[in-house]
Amino acid sequence: MAEAEGGIGPSHWTNAAFVAPYMLILLGMLFMPLCLGIWLAFQDYDMLGGWSGGVGIENFQNLLDDRIFRGTVRNTLKFVLMTTPAFVALGLFLALALNNTLRRSALLRAIFFGSSVLSVTIVTLVWRLVYLPDRGLLANALGLFGLPGVDLMTSQVWALPAIAIVTVWWIIGLPMTLFLAGLQQIPPELYEAAALDNAGRWRTLTGITLPSIRRTIVVVAVIEVILQFQLFGQALLITGGGPDNSTRPMVQFIYEAGFRDLQLGFAAAASQVLFALMLIAALAQFWAGRRKGV
Amino acid sequence: MADLSLRHVSKRFGQVEVIRDLSLEIPSGEFAVFLGPSGCGKSTLLRMIAGLETLGAGEIHLGGARIDTIAPGDRGVAMVFQHYALYPHMTVRQNMAFGLRNIATPPNEIERKIADAAEMLEIAELLERKPGQLSGGQRQRVAIGRAIVKQPRAFLFDEPLSNLDAALRSRTRIELARLHQRVRATMIFVTHDQVEAMTMATRIVVMNQGRIEQIGTPMEIYQRPRTRFVAGFIGAPAMNFLPVAAVREEAGHLVVTLPGGASVTTTVPAAGLRSGAALTLGVRAEHVHPGSGAPARVDVIERLGERTLVYANLSDGSTIVYDEPGDVVLQVGETVHIAIDGAAAHLFDAQGMALHG
Repeated sequence: MAEAEGGIGPSHWTNAAFVAPYMLILLGMLFMPLCLGIWLAFQDYDMLGGWSGGVGIENFQNLLDDRIFRGTVRNTLKFVLMTTPAFVALGLFLALALNNTLRRSALLRAIFFGSSVLSVTIVTLVWRLVYLPDRGLLANALGLFGLPGVDLMTSQVWALPAIAIVTVWWIIGLPMTLFLAGLQQIPPELYEAAALDNAGRWRTLTGITLPSIRRTIVVVAVIEVILQFQLFGQALLITGGGPDNSTRPMVQFIYEAGFRDLQLGFAAAASQVLFALMLIAALAQFWAGRRKGV
Repeated sequence: MADLSLRHVSKRFGQVEVIRDLSLEIPSGEFAVFLGPSGCGKSTLLRMIAGLETLGAGEIHLGGARIDTIAPGDRGVAMVFQHYALYPHMTVRQNMAFGLRNIATPPNEIERKIADAAEMLEIAELLERKPGQLSGGQRQRVAIGRAIVKQPRAFLFDEPLSNLDAALRSRTRIELARLHQRVRATMIFVTHDQVEAMTMATRIVVMNQGRIEQIGTPMEIYQRPRTRFVAGFIGAPAMNFLPVAAVREEAGHLVVTLPGGASVTTTVPAAGLRSGAALTLGVRAEHVHPGSGAPARVDVIERLGERTLVYANLSDGSTIVYDEPGDVVLQVGETVHIAIDGAAAHLFDAQGMALHG
């Protein structure tokens, strides 16, 4: 074929040039590390001692036997189960409440989104002040009602929920914005038709709004599952993983195994477990979302 | 079936007054068409009846009961929207059942009503499909079906044919007229298309700038337009308007002169009009005949098949259009002489009001 015909028709080497920059980044920064990580998970690789050859599934067996690692998996799952529904429910609630053209709502949208731009250091600093046992905002607030202050950060029961609250406060802006975008895709005529069809507020919500943004709900849930499985900074800075490992997340375990204990193979194996869990959870969400209706 | 009555209704959006002190009675069982150009307030008026817009002032009564103070769903009206507004995640059956379920209609009754409507509209085989799997015409039928099952006292149609192609539109017009004969409900239909209004309405309400220009049967509106606006809005091609001067009276009727000098004897009584008054003569294409009279130069010839429209310029430059059955043997640039059927001509005063004989 003549070159004059350009891109349409048979492939031509210049076409590849257009894709090359992206492909190089994808291969170099994503695909290669992924493969390298999988390979590393089956090696005995110590950052000081160097590579001592393949060890099969020994790293994974060690993980399974590691009481602390099993604890981090439990903590992480608990954290995901606490935060993801909260992100979906609260994000949707805020979006529904603020999906209008009032100036007040525009301001509140900005405020709720505003905290997302803060770094984890600032956020945890603020919330440590809130959670401070004697002089914190929470203790003061409880004091107003004559209740004794509680030290959430040193409670094995409450430390993880406390971190979940910080996380939801911090990045509720993203799910809220995604839901707002979804809600604005719903044609106003549908609500008018529903009003003429005698649908009350609840019926309109369950019969019109929620089915219309079903895809957005799935997207938000998947995004949040993927994000929250990677809990690290908040836990490290608020509790350091304590008390008694009750808030230690998987990423912190990986970080400590790899960069404190320098056992890269072992850390890589833990990473693969995290990756597998996230993949399963995300696929389950997609599957559940698709099953509910075509 | 109910009388719909609008009493001194008005509405403004910010500074813009869209409906101005409008009163209207629509007898039970009428097919009333609100006709007017974009922005004349016809859709707003319909939405006020439906309860989708609040009233600035006035009252709306349906079947003797005031409805403007109650919720849209309780008014006994059903609406067919311009873009149909079918619930995309529901099947056709669920779409039709939604409103009935909300008022706790027994399931077997819902099924019966849906089956009846589906049969009437020939959509029985579409009941398990979703709106996304339907063509425009099928969606249109479903939207009508969703209104029918509610057995409303009044049907409200908001330009429902504007999304259909020409062939389907003319077929749907006939079907809607047939539906009206069958269900005998009051129907209010909003459109800017005069053909839809002429063909379907039992009564046309011509609106302009938030006011009613004229109410009447299609032929009343066509033959005796009360204002120059109505005269120009109804009919295709649009009525010819020519500036004329009243010159004399003949047997009590006014005689006017055209720009070219030719005179036309109208049926308008001359009483009360002074000689020389500046008037506008309105005449439809079918009432202009070539042969004798004022000379005009042929400008454009439009052949429509069954008839041909000839646009010609009079000596003062004003354009006049006339039609002839079949084809014509004219060429552009030729001169024709045209005569106006004075008995069928209309005269409008400087305010645009018709002077009727």
